[in-house]
Amino acid sequence: MKSALHNGREWLAAQRWLLPVLLLAGFGLAFAIPEYNLLNKYVQLVVMYVGINIILAVSLNLVNGYMGEFSLAHAGFMAVGAYTAALLTMKVLPVVAYPALFPVAILAGGLVAALFGLIVAVPSFKTRGDYLALITLAFLMIVKSLIENIDYIGGPRGIPGIRRMTTLPWVFFWVVVTVWVVRNFVYSKYGRGVLSIREDEIASDLMSVNTRRVKFLAFTVSSFFAGIAGGLFAHLLQFISPRVFDIIKTTDILIMVYLGGIASIGGSILGAATYTVLLELLRPSTVAALLSWLPAIVFEPLNEHVIKHLGVWRMVIMPLALVLVMIFWPRGIMGLREFRWFIPKRDLEAHHRIAAREEKHGAPHGH
Amino acid sequence: MSEGIVYWLQQVLNALQLGSIYALIALGYTMVYGILTMINFAHGDVFMVGAFFCFLAAVYLGLPFVPTLLLTMLGAALLGVMIERLAYKPLRHAPRVSAIITALGVGIFLENFTLALAPYPKNIPMLLENVTWNLGGVSLSSLQLIIILLSLGLMFLLDFVVHRTPVGMAMRAISWDKTFVPLMGVPVDLIISITFAIGAGLAGAAGTMYGLAYPVIDPYMGIMVGWKAFISAVVGGIGNIRGAMIGAYILGGVEIMVAAFLPSTYRDFVAFTLLLLLLIVRPYGILGSPRIQKV
Repeated sequence: MKSALHNGREWLAAQRWLLPVLLLAGFGLAFAIPEYNLLNKYVQLVVMYVGINIILAVSLNLVNGYMGEFSLAHAGFMAVGAYTAALLTMKVLPVVAYPALFPVAILAGGLVAALFGLIVAVPSFKTRGDYLALITLAFLMIVKSLIENIDYIGGPRGIPGIRRMTTLPWVFFWVVVTVWVVRNFVYSKYGRGVLSIREDEIASDLMSVNTRRVKFLAFTVSSFFAGIAGGLFAHLLQFISPRVFDIIKTTDILIMVYLGGIASIGGSILGAATYTVLLELLRPSTVAALLSWLPAIVFEPLNEHVIKHLGVWRMVIMPLALVLVMIFWPRGIMGLREFRWFIPKRDLEAHHRIAAREEKHGAPHGH
Repeated sequence: MSEGIVYWLQQVLNALQLGSIYALIALGYTMVYGILTMINFAHGDVFMVGAFFCFLAAVYLGLPFVPTLLLTMLGAALLGVMIERLAYKPLRHAPRVSAIITALGVGIFLENFTLALAPYPKNIPMLLENVTWNLGGVSLSSLQLIIILLSLGLMFLLDFVVHRTPVGMAMRAISWDKTFVPLMGVPVDLIISITFAIGAGLAGAAGTMYGLAYPVIDPYMGIMVGWKAFISAVVGGIGNIRGAMIGAYILGGVEIMVAAFLPSTYRDFVAFTLLLLLLIVRPYGILGSPRIQKV
């Protein structure tokens, strides 16, 4: 039985031509779903949040997973992107050209966030570990505090009434771009550099890896996509304020990355999807809708005494589940493994070798 | 005294009060880090639960100040040990990040569990008769005095325990070397639990004092105070107990001074910018020593 499943997976992993086909189908669906209302509005919304969270998790994984740093700044980059994009669509760009210039605003948000990423990369040359984590935390707090103190962009009240321009095709497009860029970066020469920094920075420096350039690139790419996600998020939620991008938001993204497993794009995708969907599934209205097939005599008391109170308790259940996952599954869902389709052909053989060795001797220690 | 000096002295007193509370929490971060090299992100929330324990003891049991304080410290210490045994111990040999994420998870759990049980902010009653003295224009309340003196007392007690008792020696030994110290017959698990108990107990004391000084408590109050205490520990040099105290008073001083001379919304901005500058100049904190990397 197990071998049949194994063979099936092997066969599927070999069918690489399926990837472009699936992508095309995905794009088709992304256009068709809102057009013909194939899914109800709420599910569409959840799917878009899943997409935005995938962008955030995959881009954070580049710094926290592949490079092995512990950055807490991601919500800060997201805030920069969100505010840039929202201000552009609301105040600068001509109202008539709105839909056409939306991608420009999103891109600008990403670029400005990347600029901030460059700044955060500089202290990482000298500092590592917990102290770098603290520098990134300070960056997040400074961004939030600055936004709160600039009245022109709404101060602590934020910006209400952003037009809703984030659509399913745009989210899908940016998810694909993020995964494609991060995947190609990770398996490039610089990607090797990123991994070598995680394993041993001094050694990789001695092996003539330009660690500064690698760090610049990793932080820039990571923050660029955080900014993109911020722009999409702002134009989906239609309201942003400094409180949206606080440390809790960063914690959410961290949880998605580590739940999925570090140094794995597939892991980040699964982690983001699992976390977002589970949180939605625990909403009282969703649970009630899912269980409404029960006979009224069972459903009514259940609804009255349990489901209606889930609103508060779902945020109790979720972290408890997270702790349990970490205890029994400390490496997350994927645990350093990767979707076979994301691994370049030239790397597959080495990948098999490493996997076989780990199965024999157990996983290596360290990160 | 001239008005300027009076104002300054007043702010120094306020800074000492805030710094004392930060210091009590920062000690828990730095002790756990020293012994396990793990950042216990749930520690700020243990402080918050401590404040709620204080509320329970004062309102439902109707206890006066001293029993409330002791009960709160005991409750918080038990909570700390429970968290360590249930959530962190199974992960001691797992990758470091799993422990950090678990700690974040425990923190969120504590916040929302408290929120589920206590949906509205609570008011801590006045446990002490608050007398205000006027010393040449500077007003000093008995509450301030108690907070400052009690914190200093607890800190000296801790310093004594760590540097002068067998338990403290075992703690320092474990943080020095984790391979050979257990072979010397040091009960590592017990010492780690004691470390958590002391750290959480101090956080409980901080919760009580915070509740007396700023009486409205809510389940999310631990987040920001916890991060500030963590920053104090890092500024002083994480893992270094005396450093954590110095860092806490520096941070308390900076925050109070900013709030006194600038619009209070700039408080976090200035505090974190200073932190950033300090870390760039001295990346290992004030009393910490740079870790030597061998190749």
